[in-house]
Amino acid sequence: MRAPLSTYAVVRPRDLEHALTLLHRARNGERLVPLAGGTDVYVSLNAGVEPGRRFLDLGCLRELAGIHQRSGGLTIGALTTFSAIRAHPAVRRRYPALAAAAGEIGAWQIQNRATLGGNIANASPAGDSLPVLLALEAVVHAWSVRGPRDVPVTSLFRGYRDLALEPDELIAAVSLPPPVRAKSFFRKIGTRRAQSISKVVLCGLLGIGRDGRVAIARVALGSVAPVTLRARHVEGVLLGARPSAAVAAAARRALLRDIVPIDDIRSDRDYRLLVAGNVLEQFLRATAPRFAH
Amino acid sequence: MKPVVALSFTVNGRRRRVRVPPMKRLLDVLREDCGLTGTKEGCGEGECGACTVLLDGEPVCSCLVPAAQVEGARILTVEGLARGPALSVLQRAFVEGGGTQCGLCTPGILVTAHALLRRTPGRVPREDEVRTALAGNLCRCTGYQKIVDAVRGAARARLQANGTKGATRARGAYGTPAPRRGSR
Repeated sequence: MRAPLSTYAVVRPRDLEHALTLLHRARNGERLVPLAGGTDVYVSLNAGVEPGRRFLDLGCLRELAGIHQRSGGLTIGALTTFSAIRAHPAVRRRYPALAAAAGEIGAWQIQNRATLGGNIANASPAGDSLPVLLALEAVVHAWSVRGPRDVPVTSLFRGYRDLALEPDELIAAVSLPPPVRAKSFFRKIGTRRAQSISKVVLCGLLGIGRDGRVAIARVALGSVAPVTLRARHVEGVLLGARPSAAVAAAARRALLRDIVPIDDIRSDRDYRLLVAGNVLEQFLRATAPRFAH
Repeated sequence: MKPVVALSFTVNGRRRRVRVPPMKRLLDVLREDCGLTGTKEGCGEGECGACTVLLDGEPVCSCLVPAAQVEGARILTVEGLARGPALSVLQRAFVEGGGTQCGLCTPGILVTAHALLRRTPGRVPREDEVRTALAGNLCRCTGYQKIVDAVRGAARARLQANGTKGATRARGAYGTPAPRRGSR
């Protein structure tokens, strides 16, 4: 049953500092739920699940939106929409996997409202931007009344829908380090290309050194475990190896030690294992054709 | 006591002032408080696009937008496309090209397609562009081809109208179907 929307309160902070004070005060009282584009919050409410009964409207904190070039990388405000991300020239040129993910999240209507910070905060293991942030080794800037704190995305996802953030911390921005010398790949597998939630989603970066060996191997997957994760066994097989079909097969075997997919409403374990392996091979061949031989 | 906020925004160019609960969905504000029932509810969770409206020029699912966030905004609903009794070029292309059947998805599709046409001035959007733009609008009747054809037909009619400025346009020009290309 739909949640009783007319009984919920919305608090509009004057600025970021005020928002952080309100979040801090709510620590010991009734929960205050940060509200950005609402594309996940309203889906929960529609299903009768209340993330809380009081919402902190971040919509007025314009300082949390926007994309800025910083120290060779990019800093993306938490309230930046996926429409803004997919259209941004620097994202498209330097972080094409992020532009690709932003273009496959929901559809136009959703991309106009859904935010990068919201995708992180929702912490779904199927969040499509999350494997990209993991592969890019992004850093989340979390703010609280105690000041800013940087949390590497690689240590952010603690457990199912459990982030390594305090209840009064707000995701303010995400920084992408300067691009590494690697080819990137993003592939989302869903029932259809738009609107569907991923059955398997993979983002990979692969760089070959001058000696012909794999120098950079970063593989991140979503929808195949309780958290979005880096496939460390796969990366271990790839790093230092010369691309070949045998190495691709070994990487595929290693993937089985990295992921633990389940049966659920969208897919089942066996399908996800098979398709995750297929997409991994596709990534390897697309970024280094010698993985096919 | 139930929380209520006083909001002011424009819908289809007209200033509206409402007092509503802050988490009330924009969809319900439009239908119940503004009396604009052209915007439909389909899934109520952002999957089907039936409730699409333009919020400051961008298509959004009005079932996912809290009233509190539309203070000062410009909203366009399907009612804002026609000029009085005169349908827009796009609406006429849908009527004449069979782009609408049961009609539930039509308001949302018209609004999304209207936004696409505004983003592609002076040209006819490619078929894949139309399909991508409309990917968040589900239709269970038409199979989409006639919708895509209608959108491109409207773009073509718009081009012809601009090419013959001041001249009277032939009615048939609106409904000229786009050539079918081997797509699904």
